[in-house]
Amino acid sequence: MNCEFTVNGKIIAAEVSSTLLLADFLRDSAKLTGTHIGCDTSQCGCCVVHVDGRSMKSCATFAWQVNGANIVTIEGLADGEELHPMQAAFRKCHALQCGYCTPGMIMTAVDMVNRLGQVSEPEVIREQLEGNICRCTGYHNIVRAIQVGAAAMHGVEITAPEHETGKGQPA
Amino acid sequence: MTPFVAHRPGTLEQAVSLLSENEDAKLLAGGHSLIPVMKQGLATPSALVDLDLIAELKGISLTPKGVRIAAMTRHAQVAASDMVSGAIPALAALAGRIGDPHVRHRGTLGGSVATNDPNADYPAAVLALDAIVETTARTIAAQDYFCGMYTTALEPDEIIVGIEFPRPDWACYEKACHPASGFAMVGVFVARFGGEVRVSITGAGVDGVFRHAGLETALVAEFSPESIDDVEIDADDMASDFHASQAYRANLVKVLTRRCVARCLSETPRD
Repeated sequence: MNCEFTVNGKIIAAEVSSTLLLADFLRDSAKLTGTHIGCDTSQCGCCVVHVDGRSMKSCATFAWQVNGANIVTIEGLADGEELHPMQAAFRKCHALQCGYCTPGMIMTAVDMVNRLGQVSEPEVIREQLEGNICRCTGYHNIVRAIQVGAAAMHGVEITAPEHETGKGQPA
Repeated sequence: MTPFVAHRPGTLEQAVSLLSENEDAKLLAGGHSLIPVMKQGLATPSALVDLDLIAELKGISLTPKGVRIAAMTRHAQVAASDMVSGAIPALAALAGRIGDPHVRHRGTLGGSVATNDPNADYPAAVLALDAIVETTARTIAAQDYFCGMYTTALEPDEIIVGIEFPRPDWACYEKACHPASGFAMVGVFVARFGGEVRVSITGAGVDGVFRHAGLETALVAEFSPESIDDVEIDADDMASDFHASQAYRANLVKVLTRRCVARCLSETPRD
């Protein structure tokens, strides 16, 4: 099937087979290997990308299903050398250890902020992370990073809250 | 994955013809049930008929009885709909707790109800709210639609177009989720229409979603959490698996029913 996608702002035309998953198209054809494949059973969220502004699991979607769509992957977030505020927050808060889940976590975090605004309550953030699994961090630093990143996306600088109080003070 | 032919019809008529012409074709809605089983080789359709480009399968509207949701409306759209939360808040809340945010961005009402997964949430709402399933061929009452797990009254070339949910006086859905998969180990939907109470249970039954006459009778007599104390939930009717025993599921049915009733009573019924 002949398809055309906009991936991180670039138009890519490709002939894709019916069985080609979006995750495999992004990794193997578009050579964007930041999108990871973890469980391959729609549980772990490592493969989350944005399609027309909404997060979705690219391992549970055929590439042709999103023909014509605007796709953003983890590679599309940074502005040149400058990290996206959510990426910077993950680094600042040590929100990763092995890093395998991180692209999906960050894409999910950005989608969460796009939909819900400046999220800060840990319960809300944890509920929104229902579709993403991390086996290293125990999630605490991920929740902190999302609090910090969500504030930064709204132009507010907060110090990383120590105990997920959700009440980070302006710096 | 076994190769197949992908079709993307623009109209319902084309979709029905494609289904009739291809004996082992399958419909593709959100794909979050079908694609995983295709990856495992448990489904090997020769063709997929994707319903995503059919405009009349999308949208939400108010009707004299309640609210009508077109089949390809995604869970996130139902959860965020003012029309749905205005008419049946419990239905919007149910949609907002299906799976996870990514699943809710893709999964659809029609896909869930057509699949009739025994642990899915939507079938409980369809049955308890006495919804009408509109298809390309006819309308089907909820009580005639569900025919056991993964089985429905749909003919092979019949497509769900939309579902109309009557507006109850009170309704609530409570579920106990499996901690890893997020699917309902038991989900209970209680709806009250005047003097009638309908209680449907998903996740627990050996034959998929079902209504419980004992709970309904007790709640008609007295709509209170305590009124079901003496109702017998037969554990033999419950599913048993690695995650939960029959007795545990039977107990959850009562616990969740009490929570639903208490929640209903804490909210003002509609005028």
